[in-house]
Amino acid sequence: MYVKQISIFVENRKGRLEDVCTCLDENGINIKSIILADTNEYGLIRMIVSDVDKAKLVLKEAGFSTIITNVVAIKFPHTKGMLKKLLEIFSEEELNIEYMYGLSTTTEEAIIVFKTSDNEKAVNLIENKGGEYGIAIIEESNI
Amino acid sequence: MIWNETKECMSRDEMSALQSARLVKTVNRVYHNVEFYRKKMQAVGIEPGDIKGIEDISKLPYTTKDDLRDNYPFGLFAVPQSEIVRIHASSGTTGKATVVGYTRKDIDIWSECVSRALSTAGVGKDDIIQVAYGYGLFTGGLGLHYGAENTGATVVPMSTGNTKKLITMMEDFGATAIACTPSYLLHIAETIKEMGVKDKIKLKAAVCGAEPWTEQMRIQIEEELGINAFDIYGLSEIMGPGVAMDCKFHKGLHVYEDHFLPEIITPDTLEPAAPGEVGELVFTTLTKEGLPLIRYRTKDLTSIDYSTCECGRTLARISRFKGRSDDMLIIRGVNVFPSQIEAALLEMGETSPHYMMIVDRENNLDTLEIQVEVEERFFTDEIRQLEQLSKKIGNAIHQALGISAKIKLVEPKTIERSMGKAKHVIDNRKLV
Repeated sequence: MYVKQISIFVENRKGRLEDVCTCLDENGINIKSIILADTNEYGLIRMIVSDVDKAKLVLKEAGFSTIITNVVAIKFPHTKGMLKKLLEIFSEEELNIEYMYGLSTTTEEAIIVFKTSDNEKAVNLIENKGGEYGIAIIEESNI
Repeated sequence: MIWNETKECMSRDEMSALQSARLVKTVNRVYHNVEFYRKKMQAVGIEPGDIKGIEDISKLPYTTKDDLRDNYPFGLFAVPQSEIVRIHASSGTTGKATVVGYTRKDIDIWSECVSRALSTAGVGKDDIIQVAYGYGLFTGGLGLHYGAENTGATVVPMSTGNTKKLITMMEDFGATAIACTPSYLLHIAETIKEMGVKDKIKLKAAVCGAEPWTEQMRIQIEEELGINAFDIYGLSEIMGPGVAMDCKFHKGLHVYEDHFLPEIITPDTLEPAAPGEVGELVFTTLTKEGLPLIRYRTKDLTSIDYSTCECGRTLARISRFKGRSDDMLIIRGVNVFPSQIEAALLEMGETSPHYMMIVDRENNLDTLEIQVEVEERFFTDEIRQLEQLSKKIGNAIHQALGISAKIKLVEPKTIERSMGKAKHVIDNRKLV
């Protein structure tokens, strides 16, 4: 029910993101989604990849600090107001969102990745209350 | 294991008598054989006959590194060059190198001292020791090499340069001991982990020195490698490694006082420090032939304890170094030693002890940036927590130093690993 995400610590130096991508490319790992959170001095790359364990291994060998985190991928109909509806479900239960980013969108549906203050609760909420709006959890195997 | 029980465990009275007799001889020798000392003693109105024992030591003038440089290369040697069998030179980065010379007997005594040190670390003739100090002008490599041979151990002269080969041989030969700088050993430990061969390593003891390191770092090395690590002290001017050695009780380094007479002085006043007080360590060599030195100021800051150690040795113990007065930085008027930062980081336990201090000056104000590697085990997925980590490090540094520092988190293994003496400071301040 969770999706494994890999996060990588990179300094704000020329070519570091490229180094990460090169490393993954050379090892046949596909990036399905990526977001870069940056501060003045360093960045945090968060990615959903085709083989997260292998990615961790090869990036470690290349000298990067990485961590695998469970996130929740949620799909919902690509129509006006759906994200708001989803957020309402969360906030009613006082669930905080640590961060979120888009995974993929088509004209019919959108998938967004969430890290919340309580992922288990988030999954339960979606499973119980999401159905009537067409909001559902996406399994890793379906990404 | 005590290599030379007679000397290492003699009573304080016997030691003082031996030192006094040797001091009188040394003073006579330098007065007659070294023009520099003759003139220096004449300038303060002292003759060899005025020195009757160690109680008269404070009548003698000091020797500094500058004196060695001014008399470059052989000006302070007390024997003809034909008696000198070995030259070493310091790794000094500024100005001329300081050159030291040894007679055959000097080399023998040096080897004796290193054998005492190795025995203290439990290294004997059944051991295989890798000497991974640099071989060459630096005293570390050859000093440990000759001492380990004198001990009867099997010596593998690795020198520095190829860490993987060192580890492969450590594994293949079943090496049980290593001698190198502590920062290099930490790098070796990291590489052993990466190579995944920790189970195949038979290492049991490490003799580390040539740079100041903290007790926390010593313990970390012991834990990471599952060995005993010991601090060996020395300086080329006095001899090289083996002037003093840590024992398994780790309550100070035993000075081989029958050869090197230690004193502690207050650097500002040059007066003897009160017993137990921290000050600058000063040595007078008692048996050196090639380059005898009188009251040589080491710039190393420590204190002396004359009580008998739990290990049974009666030798005076110098406490773990607070730093070198040379390494001391003055940042915003505050005295800062790199070792304080290392201690603060290790105490937090959340970052690796690899760090770099960058000192600069902006608008006439000193700035201090400390780069700290974010090790994988402390890395988190949230920027908030990384920021908290920076803040926590900043607070720890502030508490340790009394000044604030900007903390910069950097990627693991980006701070340069040194095989010799670790470099922890980049001072970009331009002195006008």
